[in-house]
Amino acid sequence: MTSPPPGVTLHPAAAALTGRHRPRPWEAIPWVLALGFYFAFPKNLGFGTELLVTILFALSLDLVLGYAGIVTLGHAAFFGAGAYTVGMLAKHGIWNEPLTSLILAAVVAAAVGLGSGVVLLRTRGLTLLMLTLCTMALLEEAANLAHAYTGGFDGLDSLPIPPLFGVFEFNPLYPTTQYLYVLAVLFLCFVFVRTLVYSPFGHSLTGIRENTLRMHAVGAPVPARLVLCYTLSAAIAGIAGGVWAQANAYVNLGTLGLDRAATVLIILVLGGYGRLYGAFVGAVAYMVLSHFLAKIYPTAWQLGLGLLLVVIALFARSGVLGLGEEIWRRVRATRVAS
Amino acid sequence: MIWGVDLASMLLGGLAAGMVLFIVSVGLSITMGLMGFVNLAHGGFAMLGGYTIVLAMRRGDVGFLPALALGFVAIAALSAVCERLLYSRLYRAPELHQVLFTIGLVFIMIASVTLWIGPESQPLPLPSLLQGQIDLGIIRYRTYSVVLIVIGIAIVVGLWLGFERTRLGAQIRAAVDNRRMAESLGINIDRLFTGTFAFGSGMAALGGGLGAEFLGLDPQYALKYLVYFLIVVAVGGLGRVTGVFYAALLIGVLDFVLKKYVPQGGTLFIYALTILLLLWRPQGLFGGRAT
Repeated sequence: MTSPPPGVTLHPAAAALTGRHRPRPWEAIPWVLALGFYFAFPKNLGFGTELLVTILFALSLDLVLGYAGIVTLGHAAFFGAGAYTVGMLAKHGIWNEPLTSLILAAVVAAAVGLGSGVVLLRTRGLTLLMLTLCTMALLEEAANLAHAYTGGFDGLDSLPIPPLFGVFEFNPLYPTTQYLYVLAVLFLCFVFVRTLVYSPFGHSLTGIRENTLRMHAVGAPVPARLVLCYTLSAAIAGIAGGVWAQANAYVNLGTLGLDRAATVLIILVLGGYGRLYGAFVGAVAYMVLSHFLAKIYPTAWQLGLGLLLVVIALFARSGVLGLGEEIWRRVRATRVAS
Repeated sequence: MIWGVDLASMLLGGLAAGMVLFIVSVGLSITMGLMGFVNLAHGGFAMLGGYTIVLAMRRGDVGFLPALALGFVAIAALSAVCERLLYSRLYRAPELHQVLFTIGLVFIMIASVTLWIGPESQPLPLPSLLQGQIDLGIIRYRTYSVVLIVIGIAIVVGLWLGFERTRLGAQIRAAVDNRRMAESLGINIDRLFTGTFAFGSGMAALGGGLGAEFLGLDPQYALKYLVYFLIVVAVGGLGRVTGVFYAALLIGVLDFVLKKYVPQGGTLFIYALTILLLLWRPQGLFGGRAT
C-alpha cells in the first residue's frame, strides 16, 4: 500500500477504501466482553467454552457461505472430522499433546474438505446441497460402523488430554483452562479469517458470489478459488471440532449430524452472514436463548425457532447485524435531512 | 425353491417400500423441477397427512378410504394456503433463504404436532380386510404390502397418463423444461404451480398415511426420512414422474435387501452410491438434459 505524498489529502472515498482493512476501535469490544465473562461468571465457563467453539464453527461456515456463496448443509462433516481426529489419537494413545493435535485435526479436516471439494464444487444448486448432505451422512455412517476405532454410537469418552504446555490442566469441573484456551484459538483463527477476507483473495471470493460468470470472464480461476476457500474453511471447522473434543474430553456421533450442521447455519443467518461479526452475534443470541429456553420448554423452543427462521427468511434476510445497520442508516439519514 | 421364495418375498417387501417412497417423493420432484424451489418441508406435509389420516381413523372412526381422501384434501388445502401466502414470496430468493424458510416450517410443524398430539408414535389401525396374508400362487405374502404395490402402480399409471396425455400435463412439462417460454405462450405459471404444489403435498399426505404402517409415524418423521425423499428425487431427476418411480423402486428394494443382509453398512452403501451417481449424472439417473 503506497501512502499518498505529504500535503496531499485522499478523497474520502479513496481513504475509506485504502483503510477498510484496518482494525477499528469497536472491534475490541467482543474480546473485552469475552475476557470480562471469564471474571464475571466463573461458574458458567463451561457454557462460555461451548459458546466460543460455536462462534469459531460459525466463522468457518461464514467463509464458504457468506463470502464464497456456497450453500452447504454438510459443514458438520469437517467439525466431526476434527473432533474424531483428536479423539481417536488421544483414546488409542497415539498422540494427545493439545496444540499439535489441533494442527493434525485441521490437516485431516482440510484433507476431507479438499477431497470432497474438488469433486463436489463442480456442481451447483440442489445437486451441491444434496452432495454435501450425503457426504456428511456418509461420514456419520462410517463413524457409526467403525466402532472398534470410533466407539460407534456411544462415541469415545474420558479422553486423556494432558495439560496445556505441560502446566495448565484441563479440569472438567472448573473449565478455566478450556475457556482461555478456546478464546486464544478463536482469536488466532479470527485474525486469520479477517486477514483473508480483506485480502485480494477474499475480494475475489465475494466477486464469485456476486457474479460467477463475470469472474470467469475477467480470468479469475473460479474453481480453484472455491476449492481453496472450502479447504481453508474445513480446516477451521476441524479446529473447532478439535477444541470441542479437547474441552469436553469426548466425541460422539452428534459432531457429524445434520442437527449440528443445521444449527450452525441457523446461527450464522441469525447473526448475519457475509460479515465477520455475524457469527459472534448469532452464536450469542442463539446459545443464550437455547441455554435458558430449550431446557425448560424444548417444544416451545423449537416452535419459536421455526417461526424465527420463517420471519428471517421472509423479512430480515441479513440477520441481526443487517437490521442494526439498516436502523443506523435510517437514523443517520433523518439526522442529515433535519 | 426356498431360495426363489426368499427372493420373491424380499422383492415384494422392497417394492412396497419403494411405492411409498414414490408416492411421497413424486410431488417434491415436480415442484422442485417446476419452480426450482428447495422444499425441505415436503416431509412435513407427509407427516401432517399421516397424522390426519391416522387420527381420523382412530379418534373420528372414519373408514380407511374416506380417511385417505380426507388427508389428501386437508393437506392439499393447507399447502395451497402456505404456497400462496409464504412460498410464493421466495421463488426468486436465493436457495439459502428457501432452505432456511422450509427448515423453519418443518420445525413449526414438528413442534405443533408435539404440542397438540404428543411426541409418541401413532400406529395405523389397518382395516381387518387388509390384515393377514394373501396367497399369490407361489408364496403367501402380507396383504397390505401387495395392496400397496397395486395402489402404487395405479397411481403411477394415472400420473403418467395425466402427465403425458392431458393438456394440464403438457403445460407442466413445458414449464419444467422452459419456464419463460411457457409463460410467453400464455400459460398461467402461478396458478399452475399452486395447483401442482397442492396436489404434490396431497400425494405426500397419502404416502405418509399409507407408509405409517412400516415407516412409523411420529413428529420426527418430517426430518427422519427427508434425506431419503431427497435422494429419490435427486436420483430420479427433477420433474420426471417415471424417473422418480424407477428411482423410488430401486432405492426401496436396495434398502430392503441391504438391511436384511448387511444390517450395519446398508445405509452407507446407499449414500456412497448416490454421491457417485450425482457426480456422474448431476441431472439424475432418469433426468433429461441438465437445465
